[in-house]
Amino acid sequence: MKHLSRIYTLLIFIFLYAPIAVMILISFNSSASTYVFSGFSLQWYKMLFHDADSMAALRNTLILAVLSSVIATIIGTLAAIGLNSYRNKYLKSGIMLITNIPMMNPDIVTGVSMMLMFAFVGGLVGSRSSLGFGTLLIAHITFNIPYVILSVQPKIRQMDKHLSEAAMDLGCTPFQTFLKVELPSIMPGVLSGLITAFTLSLDDFVISYFTIGSSFETLPIHIYTMTKKTVRPDMFALSTIIFIAVFVLLVLSNILKVDDDEKKRRAIKKQLKKAEKTAKKAVQ
Amino acid sequence: MNKKGLFGKLAAAPHILWAVLFIVGPLIFVLYYAFTDRSGAFTLKNLTSAFSAQYLSVFIRSVVYSLIATLLCLVIAYPVAYSIAQASPKTQKILIMLIMLPMWMNFLIRVYSLMSIIGNAGIINSMLKSMGLPELSMINTPGAVIFGMVYSYLPYMVLPIYTVMSKMDTRLIEAARDLGCNSGQVLSKVILPLSVSGIVSGVTMVFVPSISTFYISQKLGGGNFDLIGDTIERQFLLSNNYNFGAAISLELMILILFCMTFMNRFSDGNESGGMIV
Repeated sequence: MKHLSRIYTLLIFIFLYAPIAVMILISFNSSASTYVFSGFSLQWYKMLFHDADSMAALRNTLILAVLSSVIATIIGTLAAIGLNSYRNKYLKSGIMLITNIPMMNPDIVTGVSMMLMFAFVGGLVGSRSSLGFGTLLIAHITFNIPYVILSVQPKIRQMDKHLSEAAMDLGCTPFQTFLKVELPSIMPGVLSGLITAFTLSLDDFVISYFTIGSSFETLPIHIYTMTKKTVRPDMFALSTIIFIAVFVLLVLSNILKVDDDEKKRRAIKKQLKKAEKTAKKAVQ
Repeated sequence: MNKKGLFGKLAAAPHILWAVLFIVGPLIFVLYYAFTDRSGAFTLKNLTSAFSAQYLSVFIRSVVYSLIATLLCLVIAYPVAYSIAQASPKTQKILIMLIMLPMWMNFLIRVYSLMSIIGNAGIINSMLKSMGLPELSMINTPGAVIFGMVYSYLPYMVLPIYTVMSKMDTRLIEAARDLGCNSGQVLSKVILPLSVSGIVSGVTMVFVPSISTFYISQKLGGGNFDLIGDTIERQFLLSNNYNFGAAISLELMILILFCMTFMNRFSDGNESGGMIV
């Protein structure tokens, strides 16, 4: 039974990774086919780095991902802190309900609804092409914020309230308390929110597709344009690079989480030891 | 405490402003466009014409395909989640990361490499050919579209079910065994009821992107099997009929809301399933 379930899990992993393995293999193809592997070569990687369009798309994607994830992390972290101090339960859950809409709604509806608003507002202002980097940035920040809030909120709940109260008693202003006490203790959540937001932005196709306009391209959009025609293996090379980059990011964020757990474990151990000592003293 | 409260409220202000402007705002525009015609006059024509025979079949096809894909994902993912939850904590972490990893691979390229595998001149067919077996035509069929959905969204099903299972009290399973349940009974009477909340969130997380996809059906269905997503995309980017596109989007949202409410009746609602990240 145990062997059977192991073999089954292995088969599912093969199923999940087969297309990715095919993609990585074909990125080293010596011919231009994305179906038949004819020999090893690095020509598609070379071609990729000399292709101005792909490189411009890569640059746009990175700028967009950095800007949108940083802004979303700032707004989202502040929001998580703010929401935590709300007393009114209905107001709080009402805000959370609205916050979660971009996560629950299908991407295509989020994209289309933003496109409608931008088109309408653009029409009012009188500009013909209202879509561009600005609208794309707004869209990305919007779908990133809920994920940041989601990853910061549990850390705030775990936060020791007495610490911030102590800081305020000792004369910190609320803002100083936030900077010196609260922010450091929720930092792991903020960082993992930032990384999630960054990867989401890097990978988003559907929402970008409807809010980008035609003046420039991000990588997923560039790939989409390519897959409309025949795809050359250089797109596979590009995806292989992104895949490896995301893999590194994921490992990093996991290490952060593990570090965090480790710290907690050590803190608990320390407390236990202290408690033991005091208990012993009390007994003596 | 009052001071703190003031800072707290101000801290959430940018987000609330942002949410009103860019979450609520766009949805209002969907409503506005759905209920008006090109000149801006009120009409119900957009909403009703989505129920004409042509679009009704698209709606039904989308629901059927995505339901089949969701069900397949559930059947495939459940044992995987179970066997991952049985592994040692360290192995669990690694396995779950490996489940998540393909989701971060560019979605378009993943679908495109599926084409390289099941396409007419693809890897499976060239393998069959070299073995002297007859070639299969797999691509551009409903099966290929459903296969694409299962492949793309399977991780979304594994994760929440795994999350619930890893938190499950194993003593309950032992107790059931001690009290004379066989493996089947343990599964149906203990494990399955305890993992309902994970199943519900997994089902939503697979069903929603499946029913609204347009890329999978274009690439793996060869454009022969239009789904709701394809229709919406065409209205916005080809025919520039924003009003009709908004109406279909609105109906898609209502359809999903309806399905999710229906699904939530199965879960007790006090336990939340796992999230994606």
